[in-house]
Amino acid sequence: MTKTEEKHWLVRPKTVRWLRRGGLVLLALLVMADFYVHAHPSFQIDGTFGFYAWFGLVTCVAMVLFAKALGVFFKRKDTYYDND
Amino acid sequence: MIDFPPGFILLFGAFLLPVVGRNVRSILILALPLVTLGLIWSLPNGSFVTLSMFDYQLVFVRSDPLSRLFTTIFSIMTFAGGLYALNQKSVLELVAVFVYAGSAIGAVLSGDLISLFIFWEIMALASTVVVLSVGSNLSYQVSMRYLLVHMFGGTILLVGVLAHILDSGSTAFTAMEPNSFGSILILVGFLINAAAPPLSAWLSDAYPEASYSGTVFLSAFTTKTAVYVLLRGFPGAEILIFIGIFMIFYGIIYALLENDIRRILAYSIVNQVGFMVTGIGIGTEMALNGVAAHAFTHIIYKALLLMSAGAVLYMTGKRKCTDLGGLFQSMPLTTVCGIVGALSISSFPLTSGFISKSMISQAAADETLIVTWFLLMAASAGVYLHAGIKFPWFVFFQKDSGLRPPDPPWNMKLAMIFFAGLCIGIGIWPEFLYAMLPYPVAYQPYTVPHVVNMLQLLLFSGFAFFLMLPLMQRTLTITLDFDWFYRRALPTVLQNMFTIIWQVDRRLRQEVKLRLTLCLTYIAAKNNRLSNLLSRNYPSGSMAMWVAVVLATYLFFSFVQ
Repeated sequence: MTKTEEKHWLVRPKTVRWLRRGGLVLLALLVMADFYVHAHPSFQIDGTFGFYAWFGLVTCVAMVLFAKALGVFFKRKDTYYDND
Repeated sequence: MIDFPPGFILLFGAFLLPVVGRNVRSILILALPLVTLGLIWSLPNGSFVTLSMFDYQLVFVRSDPLSRLFTTIFSIMTFAGGLYALNQKSVLELVAVFVYAGSAIGAVLSGDLISLFIFWEIMALASTVVVLSVGSNLSYQVSMRYLLVHMFGGTILLVGVLAHILDSGSTAFTAMEPNSFGSILILVGFLINAAAPPLSAWLSDAYPEASYSGTVFLSAFTTKTAVYVLLRGFPGAEILIFIGIFMIFYGIIYALLENDIRRILAYSIVNQVGFMVTGIGIGTEMALNGVAAHAFTHIIYKALLLMSAGAVLYMTGKRKCTDLGGLFQSMPLTTVCGIVGALSISSFPLTSGFISKSMISQAAADETLIVTWFLLMAASAGVYLHAGIKFPWFVFFQKDSGLRPPDPPWNMKLAMIFFAGLCIGIGIWPEFLYAMLPYPVAYQPYTVPHVVNMLQLLLFSGFAFFLMLPLMQRTLTITLDFDWFYRRALPTVLQNMFTIIWQVDRRLRQEVKLRLTLCLTYIAAKNNRLSNLLSRNYPSGSMAMWVAVVLATYLFFSFVQ
């Protein structure tokens, strides 16, 4: 058996490629759905086109970057407390 | 009517476990929680099992929809956790777990502050033993830190309870305003057990160090009992909104930086309890319903997540993202159950989290708490980021670690299937849970816009995760938390302080001794001269006495050192 045959079908490069494409199509379809779905916004902005999509994306990127910045100051080796 | 609190079945039944054989023990572990559940549901609304202590009235059982909801999920949790822990070799852990669960049920049913405090303290002790029962040096140190924080919180609560009783003249545990000395201390005591800032590090410090099964139980009772008493005691206390929001983002940020999978899940407990605390602060019927529902669903999916993490730990002995990966190939059932738990915590449609968490954000919208609402939305995205995707991705997928452990034994699989089924069942048929909530529910979670909006929010946070994957790679690090102050800063400061104190002390003593010696030499020399010239003018008796005094002082200081 060669190495590629041993690999589980889910992690073969071909499957991964299809998963990636499928995911992007799904994201696009979800945003398109905003053309047809008429929400009852609680405030103003959350009724606008694609609000939840960009809000989710932007806040997540912000949280990861914030965590990274915090890590610069507060990260230590995981053996930090070992001698206590 | 019954004449004992239902919690006693687990509390005292626990002590049967070490004296019976293995088979009987397994039967008891599964049967006792179910008996408790039956008893809880046989109770009509009202107060039972009262006891007069001096001038005060103790009410051990207050049965109403809210206490019934919490004790129901506590019993179900004990049953499923017991099933999961059937092959736990440490009987001490099982005993501790049953005492812990029984006292949690006792605390929830308590109708007065004194019996609440008693059960509260039993919980603290029993949960300490759960961590301690691992038996390693590390678990000993961790459990002592855990106990110290909880004893501190318990003391604050006790002072608060006493002050409140003196103030109001009643022991009854009813809704309070945090506006008197007593009630503020009670609130602080409750919040310490809810892992609110600044004392929140006890949770992520202690829980991951318990055994594979111990952590599952720990995740359920302490923080959710705290949520229950906050819900009962301080609904609508505005400060809780701020505390809750802080907890939500603290949990997300620390979980994002964490490498240990069980500690990631521990941080996400703080995050989820933060949603509940925020809801209690909002305080409308919708919000409180949402909090109660969320506590119920949270116990199930958090236990499920920790069960799947525990299964990985049990089968591989590893719990760091950097050591794991690719496990889906040999642990398909654990993977699927872990993913169901991860989707539920992220409140994906058709899972339990969707129908409970959305009630809290809806309540924020109804009250036009704009900032709170936007933060809750961002937090929902963040939950998917740190728990919904990060946990399954790093454990079951990402790089192939080469580990090929099989799924865990049948009882652990069964427990995970049971809870995964509940997560999806509650998500599809929320009306059963809604019917158990304290207030009537007029909320429809499944509207097309709501589902589409949530899917957009969640899938785009998933998209963000994969975009940022290079930044998410785990490293062998921990992140300093508030516990740094009492684990590092305070001991270092005290150590240095005492070093200085001892040095100064030694110097002072040496100086005094030196002076005394000089005096003595001086007197001796003078005496020497005088004895040659004028010795007859000095009574030798008086001189002898003064020398004796100086010598005695000298002797005294030598002994003191």
